[in-house]
Amino acid sequence: MLGNSVPTRVDAWRWAVALAVLAVSPALAQENTDCLACHGEKGFTAERKGRTVSLYVGEKAFGASIHGGLQCISCHASLEGKELPHDAPLPKVDCAACHEAETKQHAASLHGRAMRRGDALAPTCAACHGMHDIRAVKDPLSPVSPLKVPFTCGKCHQEGTVVMRQRAIHQDHILENYSESIHGEGLLKKGLIVAANCASCHTAHNILPHTDAASSIARGNIARTCTQCHAQIEAVHRKVIKGELWEKEAHVLPACIDCHQPHKVRKVFYTQGMADTDCLKCHQDRGLEAQDGRAMFVDEKEHQASRHAKVACSQCHSGVNVSLTRPCDAIAQKVDCGACHTAVAQEYAQSQHGKLLIKGDANAPSCKECHGTHGTLGRLQSSSPTFATNVPKLCARCHREGERAAVRYQGPQHQIIESYTESIHGKGLLKSGLTVTATCTGCHTAHGVLPRTDPASSVNRANVPATCGRCHHGIQEEFERSVHHELLGKTDKELPVCNDCHSAHTIRRADADGFKLDIMQKCGRCHGEIAKTYFDTYHGKVSQLGYTKTAKCYDCHGAHDIHRITDPRSHLSRENVVATCQKCHPGASRRFAGYLSHATHHDPKKYPWLFWTFWGMTGLLAGTFLVGGAHTLLWLPRAFQMRRELKEAEEAEERELAEQERGRAAAGGPATGEPPAEDRG
Amino acid sequence: MEGSVKTRPLQFQRFTRLNRALHALMIVSFIALAMTGMSLKFSYTAWAAFLSRLLGGFESAGFIHRAAATLMFGLFVTHLWDVNRKRKQDYGGSFLKLILGPDSMLFNKRDLQEFVGSLKWFVGAGPRPHYGRWTYWEKFDYFAVFWGIFVIGSTGLMLWFPVFFTKFLPGWLINVATIVHSDEALLATGFIFTVHFFNTHLRPEKFPMDTVVFTGRMPVAEFKRDKPAEYEALVAAGKLEENLVEAYQPVVIRTIRAFAWTALAIGTFMVLWIVFAMVFAYR
Repeated sequence: MLGNSVPTRVDAWRWAVALAVLAVSPALAQENTDCLACHGEKGFTAERKGRTVSLYVGEKAFGASIHGGLQCISCHASLEGKELPHDAPLPKVDCAACHEAETKQHAASLHGRAMRRGDALAPTCAACHGMHDIRAVKDPLSPVSPLKVPFTCGKCHQEGTVVMRQRAIHQDHILENYSESIHGEGLLKKGLIVAANCASCHTAHNILPHTDAASSIARGNIARTCTQCHAQIEAVHRKVIKGELWEKEAHVLPACIDCHQPHKVRKVFYTQGMADTDCLKCHQDRGLEAQDGRAMFVDEKEHQASRHAKVACSQCHSGVNVSLTRPCDAIAQKVDCGACHTAVAQEYAQSQHGKLLIKGDANAPSCKECHGTHGTLGRLQSSSPTFATNVPKLCARCHREGERAAVRYQGPQHQIIESYTESIHGKGLLKSGLTVTATCTGCHTAHGVLPRTDPASSVNRANVPATCGRCHHGIQEEFERSVHHELLGKTDKELPVCNDCHSAHTIRRADADGFKLDIMQKCGRCHGEIAKTYFDTYHGKVSQLGYTKTAKCYDCHGAHDIHRITDPRSHLSRENVVATCQKCHPGASRRFAGYLSHATHHDPKKYPWLFWTFWGMTGLLAGTFLVGGAHTLLWLPRAFQMRRELKEAEEAEERELAEQERGRAAAGGPATGEPPAEDRG
Repeated sequence: MEGSVKTRPLQFQRFTRLNRALHALMIVSFIALAMTGMSLKFSYTAWAAFLSRLLGGFESAGFIHRAAATLMFGLFVTHLWDVNRKRKQDYGGSFLKLILGPDSMLFNKRDLQEFVGSLKWFVGAGPRPHYGRWTYWEKFDYFAVFWGIFVIGSTGLMLWFPVFFTKFLPGWLINVATIVHSDEALLATGFIFTVHFFNTHLRPEKFPMDTVVFTGRMPVAEFKRDKPAEYEALVAAGKLEENLVEAYQPVVIRTIRAFAWTALAIGTFMVLWIVFAMVFAYR
């Protein structure tokens, strides 16, 4: 027995190998070569959000990068100790693990903030630095080396990019101007890598708008930024500071950029670029026409009265090039309002109007369709077409019956403008002049107009309560706690929202008779049976006659705060029902509340008393009419017979009387006679 | 009498002045109740909405209904008082004599015989019965009113004062009262406007109309033919002369006819409407 339990030498050797393999294998599996076994293949791809992306990591490029000495798992830390092949996709690499200060700066910067907002255009670390092929800043091959910086930044910040069009960037032709500036020339033409590039002034990671006091290009910091290179420049500028400017604006020390415009830094006292007067040289001519016949006249007075009075022509008609004889020859694009009105333009692009415009639909309204062009006014200015009382007219231009939007519309809403005008909102706006009343844009939004079938639409079923709640907030709160709201209503049927009862464009005052009577039909659309039984009761019958003074659905159940009657909050719960009856029947007791306001005599199980009373009464009626009717019908022939006999008797009597007359006349005697027997008075 | 042109013929007086006044007022009250009530019962017809508007809206119709009901109760009480007075004057204060006398309104053996006799006469199996002062169908109409006042009146009060009645009755009894009130009213209206109209006013031999209940008097010959038993009893007792009065002037007759025809027309229209509502528009 003992001999058998002692391990042999062969066994011990096997154990040692197995343990060694077990101990080493995790480490072995994490080697870069293990990763590259898959990721080294050029054709290694995966599906991400419907797109095929390459997962190839060039071994050479990685080896040459500044991170070449690191392990894959140094950055892809989540893979440490994991079996390979690993789950995908991996969490984003966190550069902050090593580059904490830079990451922090980036997070606080313009770019970082945009990223947190979810702006898809915001640059990540990799956008500028690359991924596996990151090189040192001093490496000329790095995209952030001085010579490459303008191109890296220019990927987004040159004319024509989405960023330039859709984000609030207040400079134009940045890259072009820079390359012609003294800094750009030094860097790009003369190869002076110490010449200021984008990052020199804006910093690499801490980029902030000039309006931010912490920004390197904020007015207060400009001097410090420029003097990084231009040390002791004050000494040179003593003359200027001492001179005219100093005297004219004693309280403001001129900043570098007051004279040396950013991006165009070449020599002092640059002109402001294109002045409006330059444009008006031609465009003030009333007869000016484009080649295609469009009037090119610009009414400067109109522009001066507009919301954009302080905005120069070239700010909207961007792309001018002052170095050309006709600077406007360089304009390649239509006015893009989104350059300043970024958020609005983004919303518009998502809207039905915007989508149609992008599709190139001729009917789609662009900004100017509603806002005008040079004379555009704010929506609070009463003469603006977007002023509240003018909005219905504005939308009517296309949405009135027969107009271009109305003719292509297939839905159930018709006579929209006319209905709106007669609605409570329309009357409030147009008759009572209440500018806070809901207008078209009040419900449909101004720029985000979408058909109600779109889940993002303000008038989509799911969003209607919130849309109405923007004004009727208290009611929205009540409604959202009610059984009709999705949070409480447990039904597979569609729950009602505001417009199911109140309608959309024909909305009426809820205290007007028409609405009060209609609402019972509205409730009946879903609560068919119960509405029918209501009409069998006194309340229902009076309502049906067209009078509103008896209890209707909402008088007992509530309007927006409807709850199950088992819910203590219900107006009809045991706690509240008596008080609800007392609203109309002062002195009503709990027994009184036992009245069946939806009684029907057709349900013997639920209401046996009513059922049997009804059939008892019906039997009584039928029996009485049967006996009475049969009696009468049987009688009828005899009654006619009696009538005939009476007539014959009458005639016989008359004949007799006539004979007597004749006899008496013959005898010459005086006329005597009894009063006529028949006088059926 | 002889030679006097102005003398009007003598007629038998069947109803007293009070009887006639009560019947006339009963007509007004009944039609008002029926019109206002039916407009509610058949509220699902356009007719009802029209009628309700004509009467000044449901509130006004409700007021008319209650006012007419009060009048009806008043008539009922007045009639009871009249019967009681008659008991004292004509029957020596004896209830028994009132009930068992020949002029009693209660059903008795004679009514059963006359009912069977009538049926025989209808089918040609016998002569016309020798009817007395009150025939069985007249007694039926009379007690139908008693029954109606009791049933419709009591349920009507419950519907009028639900808060009071539910102090000691369960609430669902109001629903029962509604059915009873409404269906009994339908019975009353239907019966009065068809069977009663035929039996007492529109019978072919009386066509165009028997107005005795309005004038209170009828020609002696007609009386003799209609109620032979009563006629013979009066003649035998020598009391016919006491009960003869002068006929009304034609202008009075014309006025009475106009009133009666109006009531008849309204009743007939209501019957047509009810039939229409129940057959074609019922839901």
